[in-house]
Amino acid sequence: MQWEIVIGLEVHAQLSTQSKIFSGASTAYGAPPNTQACVIDLALPGVLPVLNKGAVERAIRFGLSVGAKINSPSIFARKNYFYPDLPKGYQISQYELPVVQGGSIQIQMDGADKNIRLTRAHLEEDAGKSLHEDFHGMSGIDLNRAGTPLLEIVSEPDMRSSAEAVAYAKTLHALVRWIGICDGNMQEGSFRCDANVSVRPRGTEKLGTRCEIKNLNSFRFLEKAIDYEARRQIEILEDGGAIRQETRLYDASKDETRTMRTKEDANDYRYFPDPDLLPLEIPASWIDQVRSALPELPQVRRDRYMSEFALSAYDASVLTSSRETADYFESTIRQLPAQEKLCANWIMGEISGQLNKEGLEISACPITPSQLATLLKRISDGTISGKAAKTVFESMWNGELEKNVDAIIAAKGLKQISDDSAIEKLVDQVLAANAQQVTDYRNGKEKAFNSLVGQIMKATHGKANPAQVNVILKKKLEG
Amino acid sequence: MTLSVSDVKRIADLAYIEISDNEAKEALGQLSGIFDLIETMQAVDTSTVEPMSHAQNVLQRLRDDEVTETDQHELYQSIAPQVEADLYLVPQVIE
Repeated sequence: MQWEIVIGLEVHAQLSTQSKIFSGASTAYGAPPNTQACVIDLALPGVLPVLNKGAVERAIRFGLSVGAKINSPSIFARKNYFYPDLPKGYQISQYELPVVQGGSIQIQMDGADKNIRLTRAHLEEDAGKSLHEDFHGMSGIDLNRAGTPLLEIVSEPDMRSSAEAVAYAKTLHALVRWIGICDGNMQEGSFRCDANVSVRPRGTEKLGTRCEIKNLNSFRFLEKAIDYEARRQIEILEDGGAIRQETRLYDASKDETRTMRTKEDANDYRYFPDPDLLPLEIPASWIDQVRSALPELPQVRRDRYMSEFALSAYDASVLTSSRETADYFESTIRQLPAQEKLCANWIMGEISGQLNKEGLEISACPITPSQLATLLKRISDGTISGKAAKTVFESMWNGELEKNVDAIIAAKGLKQISDDSAIEKLVDQVLAANAQQVTDYRNGKEKAFNSLVGQIMKATHGKANPAQVNVILKKKLEG
Repeated sequence: MTLSVSDVKRIADLAYIEISDNEAKEALGQLSGIFDLIETMQAVDTSTVEPMSHAQNVLQRLRDDEVTETDQHELYQSIAPQVEADLYLVPQVIE
C-alpha cells in the first residue's frame, strides 16, 4: 500500500522582549540560576501578573505578517499541570480567543510555492528548568526562564513530507527573525518545534491517529524524527496493528522516537479563563501602527527582486533568506546600479562561501557592502578580470592594504590589459606564430579559435581583457 | 450530568489530592449538588448574551517592556526548604 505522511507543527518562538511576559524580571539568557526570577515568577502568594505590552506587540506583528486575524478581545487561560519548574501549578496560556487566528505561510518546494495554513498563534509563558544531575537524590530548579514570553505558532496538518516540514520550519524561522520578534537561536531554545505526525493510505481523506514528537531543536532532528516516526507507524499498520495516540521524545543519539506519555495518562489540563487577567483589547489604531512599522516582508522582497532586477526565483530566495543578507545585497547594489546579477553572484558565491567556511553571520562579514561594490566596479569597468577579482577578494578578506581595492590591484599587478593597440600587437604576434591554427580556423575548425585565445592569455599571464581579445582576434581572422 | 465515584477519584488524582473512599463518596454528593445547581441555571435563556471571560467588565492594563526587578534571589531563597548552587532543591523528578 502507498502511504501518505501528514504533518502539523507547533513552534514555540521565544519573544525578544527585555522583560518577562507577566513580570518585570529580565529575560537575558545565561544569567546565574534564579537571579532573574522575581516574586511573580516564583508564584509567591498575593502576586498578580501584569501583561507586557512588548509581547503583545510582537504577537500582532507576527499576525499581520502572515495575514491572520488579530482577535480583540483576546483572553488568557490557565493550563493546569504539576511540575516543580512550574511554581503556580498552572501555565498562563491562551485557549479560546488566541491573539492570532488563521493566516498562512508560503514555502518553496522544488521551485513551486505551497501554502501552509496556520491554525493560530497564542501568547504564553515558559516554565523554568529542572536539573536532574545529582543533588543527593534531589532535583535542582532554576526559575530564570519561568515567565519568558513565548508565541506558540500552530499549523494545520498541511505538510506531506519531512522535507516540507523542514521547509516550513525554516521559512517560519526566517520570518520571526526578519520581523524582529525572536532571535531564532535554536541552541538556546529560542525556537523549538513539536511535530504531529500521522500516516494514512494515499488517496484517503480521514486522518490517521497522530503522535506528537516533542522538543525538536534543530532542523536536522526535525527531519530525522519525522522520517523515523512515519516509518514506525507504517510498520505497525502494515503488521495489522493500531497506532496509539501518544507523546513521544526523539532520541538523537539513537535516531529513534520513544514513548513519553500515552493519551490515557496524559494530563487533562482543565483550561479555564485566568481570573487574574482581564480580557485583552487590541484597538484597530494599535494594529495600524504596528502594520505601518512592519518591514517589507521576505516574500514581497523576493518577488520584487525577480520583477525589478530580473533575478531567478532561486537567487531571489537565497538573497532574502535573512533580512541581513537582503539588506547587504541592497546596500551593495545601491552603489553599483544595474549590476544586480553580478552583486547577487558574488554575495551568494564568494561572500557566503567564506562566511560558511569561517562560521560567520553576514552581520560579521569583514567586507562591507561598499567595499564589495568597489571591487565589483573594477570588474564591470574592465580594470580586472573576474578571476583576478577573486584574488583581490581574498586579500581584502584577510585585511591586506586596509582592504583598498585599487591598492591591492596595483600591488599584485592584476590590472587587465585593456588597451586596444597593445592587444592588437599581441594578437598579431600570436597569429604569426600559429599559422597552422589560423588556417584550421579559416577552414571551419571553430576549436582553433579557443586555442588561439588561450595562447594570447598565456602570453599575458591572464591579464588581457578576454572580451577585447575575442573581438580583436575575430576581426583579424575574418578581416 | 451524573458524576461517579471514579470521576471524583480522577479529578482528585489530577489535582494531586489524596482522597479516601469515604471522602470520595462525600465529595460526590457535594459535587453532584453543584452540578444540579448549574443544571437549574441552564434553564435561563442566554442565547443573546455574549459570554464574559471575567467577572469584571474592564480591560487588561499593559505594562511597558522594561526590566524593573533586581536580583533578590538570596532573600527569596532564605525561606526555601533547601537550596544548593543557587538552585531550589525539590524531591527528584524524572519524566
